[in-house]
Amino acid sequence: MARHNPTPPRPKGASQSRTQWRDQLESWQAHHSTCAIESLIRLTRSPLQSLLTWLVVAIATALPATLYVALQNVQSLGYNWQDSSQISVFINRQAAGQAIEKWRVELANQPGIEQVVYISPDQALAEFREYSGLGEVLNDLEENPLPPVLLVQPDASASQGEVLEQLLQELNAHALSEEAKLDMMWVKRLQQLIDLASRGVFFLAALLVLGLLLVIGNTIRLAIENRRDEIVVVKLVGGTDAYVRRPFLYTGLWYGLGGGVIALILLALGLTWLSVPVAKLASLYHSEFRLQGLNFYTSIQLVLLAGLVGLAGAWLAVGRHLRAIKPE
Amino acid sequence: MIRFSGVSKRYATGQDALSRVDFHIDRGEMVFLTGHSGAGKSTLMKLIMLMERPTSGQVVVGGRNTERIRAKQIAHYRRDIGVVFQNHQLLFDRSVFDNIALPLQVAGFQNADIGRRVRAALDKVGLLHKERHNPITLSGGEQQRVGIARAVVNKPALVLADEPTGNLDPELSAEIMNLFRQFNELGMTLVIATHDIDLIERMNRRVLHLEQGRVVSGGGL
Repeated sequence: MARHNPTPPRPKGASQSRTQWRDQLESWQAHHSTCAIESLIRLTRSPLQSLLTWLVVAIATALPATLYVALQNVQSLGYNWQDSSQISVFINRQAAGQAIEKWRVELANQPGIEQVVYISPDQALAEFREYSGLGEVLNDLEENPLPPVLLVQPDASASQGEVLEQLLQELNAHALSEEAKLDMMWVKRLQQLIDLASRGVFFLAALLVLGLLLVIGNTIRLAIENRRDEIVVVKLVGGTDAYVRRPFLYTGLWYGLGGGVIALILLALGLTWLSVPVAKLASLYHSEFRLQGLNFYTSIQLVLLAGLVGLAGAWLAVGRHLRAIKPE
Repeated sequence: MIRFSGVSKRYATGQDALSRVDFHIDRGEMVFLTGHSGAGKSTLMKLIMLMERPTSGQVVVGGRNTERIRAKQIAHYRRDIGVVFQNHQLLFDRSVFDNIALPLQVAGFQNADIGRRVRAALDKVGLLHKERHNPITLSGGEQQRVGIARAVVNKPALVLADEPTGNLDPELSAEIMNLFRQFNELGMTLVIATHDIDLIERMNRRVLHLEQGRVVSGGGL
């Protein structure tokens, strides 16, 4: 339709058309930043309701994130032993020291074996005394109950599968050996457990994301209802669907991002709270293990992911409910 | 400016709001639309605004066949039409200025431009001193003038007004009509639905009279 006094002037040439196009782009950007800021201000205007939504998002985000962090830690705990397939051979206590040394050298020269370390009963007892905290009590022992041990470290070619099994059998069958045990067995079981738990965490996270979509969707639906009059007027004066949608999408984004940030804070608080007892526990086991939180990039990813879920929830609600609002 | 050819509108309820309506309104005309409630005035307005689509017939506005305007283009189409409502549809969560600025913001005008145009519109309706007020603090007549300022701020070629004086006393109604006449003198095409017969007689303009969904006089064809 022509205007009787067309303003802004109708494009008459390429240069004018470009100016108008740039104006449009600028105003589009301006509307984005206005929407972003206004929707944030709007959230702070009903602080209680916003805080509740943020907390819901935060808890739903922090839950799988906590489990993820826990798994990461257990995994790093297990990782130190993962490629160690060390075998402990407990030696018959009657065995002579010379015979043991002879076998040790034999083993050390055997192909497929990297290193063999001998731990005498005295050494073992000293170590045990140091780390168990039973120092005085151990003095009362009449004789050393600990057997001599050979720690056998297979090399990469023999550290798994049938070769390892065969080596284990050989060691078990040797006359000097009382029992040969693979230290790594529990690491393998741990690995399996972690794999299982990872799937559990993933499933839980998926469920919680679904819940979040519904929570944010419902919150946005209420926001849309509250602004029904405004939406009707904007549609009547020529607001496009994208224009009407924009503030609500930003609201969803803020809910998600805010919740993600609070989730990070909750996680950090939890880790701080646990880190001292964990460090104490680790020192009992003579371990340098320390709790690891999320690193910078994972933290950013978590917040962005929460924001994305918020945006998606808003999109769902907006898609469903804005269409239903028509000027009457 | 507006041409209806054989336009009928039947609602899903089975009610025939318009049946075979033909009329033509020229550019720059000021036309009154009258008839009892239920005669089809609102439906006619909605068809022009593309809030409804005709069941049959053709609606041409500003040379455009509205049949060919797709849903996505409706928003842009509406930017060239100003609308005034009986209940003025002002938003009470923002100032008079922001209410009037809405059509300009929606159309993507620059802020400096918006300020200039809004003040020009406010000046025309005589409310320049109230731009910072909340519309809820204004009288009924003032609120309607804000509504009119919002309808004309974008300088549309066509302005539709649905019972713009419905809630106002005769003196204020006359004031509003004077405003409309001024805009018409500037070249705007105006279609005003009303059943205020006294007012129409004083204005001495073409009257399109609807009865039971038909144009009974003033069709201009």
